[in-house]
Amino acid sequence: MDGHKVLMNFNVTARSHSLKAYRKRGGYRGLEKALASMQPEEVTQTIVDSGLQGRGGAAFPAGRKWQGIDPHDGQPHYLIANADEGEPGTFKDRWVLEFSPHTLIESMVISCYALAVRHCFVYIRGEYDLPLRRLEEAVEEAYAAGYLGENIQGSGFSCDLFVFRGAGAYVCGEASSLLGSIEGTRAYPRNRPPRMTVKGLYQCPTVVNNVETLSTIAWIINNGAEAFRAIGTPKSPGTRLISISGHIERPGVYEIELGYSWARFLHEDCGGVLHGRALKAVIPGGISSQVLTGKDAKVLTAGEVEGLTLDHEKLKSAGSSLGSGGMIVIAEGTCMVRLLHIMQRFYHHESCGQCTPCREGTGWMHRILDRILAGKGHPEDIERLQFIAEANDGTTICGLGDAAGYAVTAMVANFRDEFEYFIEHGRSKFGGNLECL
Amino acid sequence: MKHLIPEFERLKTRLPPGHDATLMVPCLHRIQEDRGYIADSDIDDVADYLGVPRIQVEEVLSFYGMLRRAPIGRWHLQICRNVSCSMRGAERLIDHLIERLGVQPGQTTPDGRFTLSTVECLGCCGTAPVLMVNTTYHEKLDIAQVDALIEGLD
Repeated sequence: MDGHKVLMNFNVTARSHSLKAYRKRGGYRGLEKALASMQPEEVTQTIVDSGLQGRGGAAFPAGRKWQGIDPHDGQPHYLIANADEGEPGTFKDRWVLEFSPHTLIESMVISCYALAVRHCFVYIRGEYDLPLRRLEEAVEEAYAAGYLGENIQGSGFSCDLFVFRGAGAYVCGEASSLLGSIEGTRAYPRNRPPRMTVKGLYQCPTVVNNVETLSTIAWIINNGAEAFRAIGTPKSPGTRLISISGHIERPGVYEIELGYSWARFLHEDCGGVLHGRALKAVIPGGISSQVLTGKDAKVLTAGEVEGLTLDHEKLKSAGSSLGSGGMIVIAEGTCMVRLLHIMQRFYHHESCGQCTPCREGTGWMHRILDRILAGKGHPEDIERLQFIAEANDGTTICGLGDAAGYAVTAMVANFRDEFEYFIEHGRSKFGGNLECL
Repeated sequence: MKHLIPEFERLKTRLPPGHDATLMVPCLHRIQEDRGYIADSDIDDVADYLGVPRIQVEEVLSFYGMLRRAPIGRWHLQICRNVSCSMRGAERLIDHLIERLGVQPGQTTPDGRFTLSTVECLGCCGTAPVLMVNTTYHEKLDIAQVDALIEGLD
């Protein structure tokens, strides 16, 4: 696969995650440069100029988020790396944590310098055992080498990093929700305004960025905003880590330059659909990319995929999004009713219960699909599902309830005949197949 | 939990002062690692140590899926049932484990060896299906590999 690499630009070996290997490939030069020759505002301006968009799901401009913080307002500020990677189909941040944890640490210290942060956190999901161990090892190495702690590299700047391990709650991937977790309470998402850059962790200005977003910072500081803009498309600069799974010959994590041809990615780089089967649909960016505005169609049919390129603006115009970069490929012959049932079971299980439409709605949708799968569906169940999905839209604090609804809307819009068939005949049109054997 | 307090105190050195409740989840994780679950006495101790009401500890415990109030089997088998794993054979593995162990998800074998659980996405979609044994991921499994894995656990 050609194209520039920002993160996957070295050979993975048994020790390539160590500080020694990282420094050998130029690691921590970005931090040294920032501390020695840049003002905090210049760092932020460089990120603004780079056009870097968030890689967690919403693609919000990272620099603009940072500009919400005034480094000189005298308050404590906080930075949190969101490593609570739980979006089904997404496993790209795991790659960074396992294979290049120092990229994240270096980038975080640069970011803390820009944002006048004394204490920062990595919020890592509780199940990620190897990534956690690799990250903790790297943090200790960074402390020992003077890249973290007091008076970093003699610059007078001090910064502590706390690795905070989550405890099994999907909703903590929602940025405001993980604040509660760090504060020692239940992780309920919070209403905005106030934005987190105004009142976040401990009621202080806080920036929460995705692991991949943050990890890109060191490269940008090293190479400059212009070099970053030269990669990707004018509106979606840079690269993205795409984790691809499902019915695909070569699943895994790939770094693509934004604007890359989707058909080429699927059929050449990833080896095409499993066993040479025809493509039925693709979930482009995690089953619920955290897009809070606009209808996100989420599931793209085979025909829609062919002419598209992988960047934020193209997918947006196709009614979907690159979301969390968690791509799931679905082969012809797969039962979409059962797939939707799995998604709704998941949303129901993970709803935090704070907002009524989501707490009740995800349960209702799950139970209606249970009934359809049991062969006891009613013809009006399709409208009922759509009604609940619409009632969820925009009526909850976070996007979980919306996402559950969009999944229903997208699946029914594209594969309505499968739902009608299941209800009419009491069985799946495709033998209930989930696997591609 | 009192013997763990020196460890918790060390954690505080990297935290902003005055926000001890931040140690809630880290303390509960560590206690669970030590005892296998969170006992009633631990709840009192954590509440005392962090200076929070007991109910706050209980609220946290009942919110997060990984924290438990009762002991489980020696080997915790957690199998992902989400989209990508289901598309690569997780359902067959789950059925096989139910039959082989003679327990349903959420139950422990009578000899106390295994607890079986189904979980949501573990971030192993590219190497699906995944089975997590205690804290270790075993990826890209088929039924024969699961059998071999289980036979190797005492």
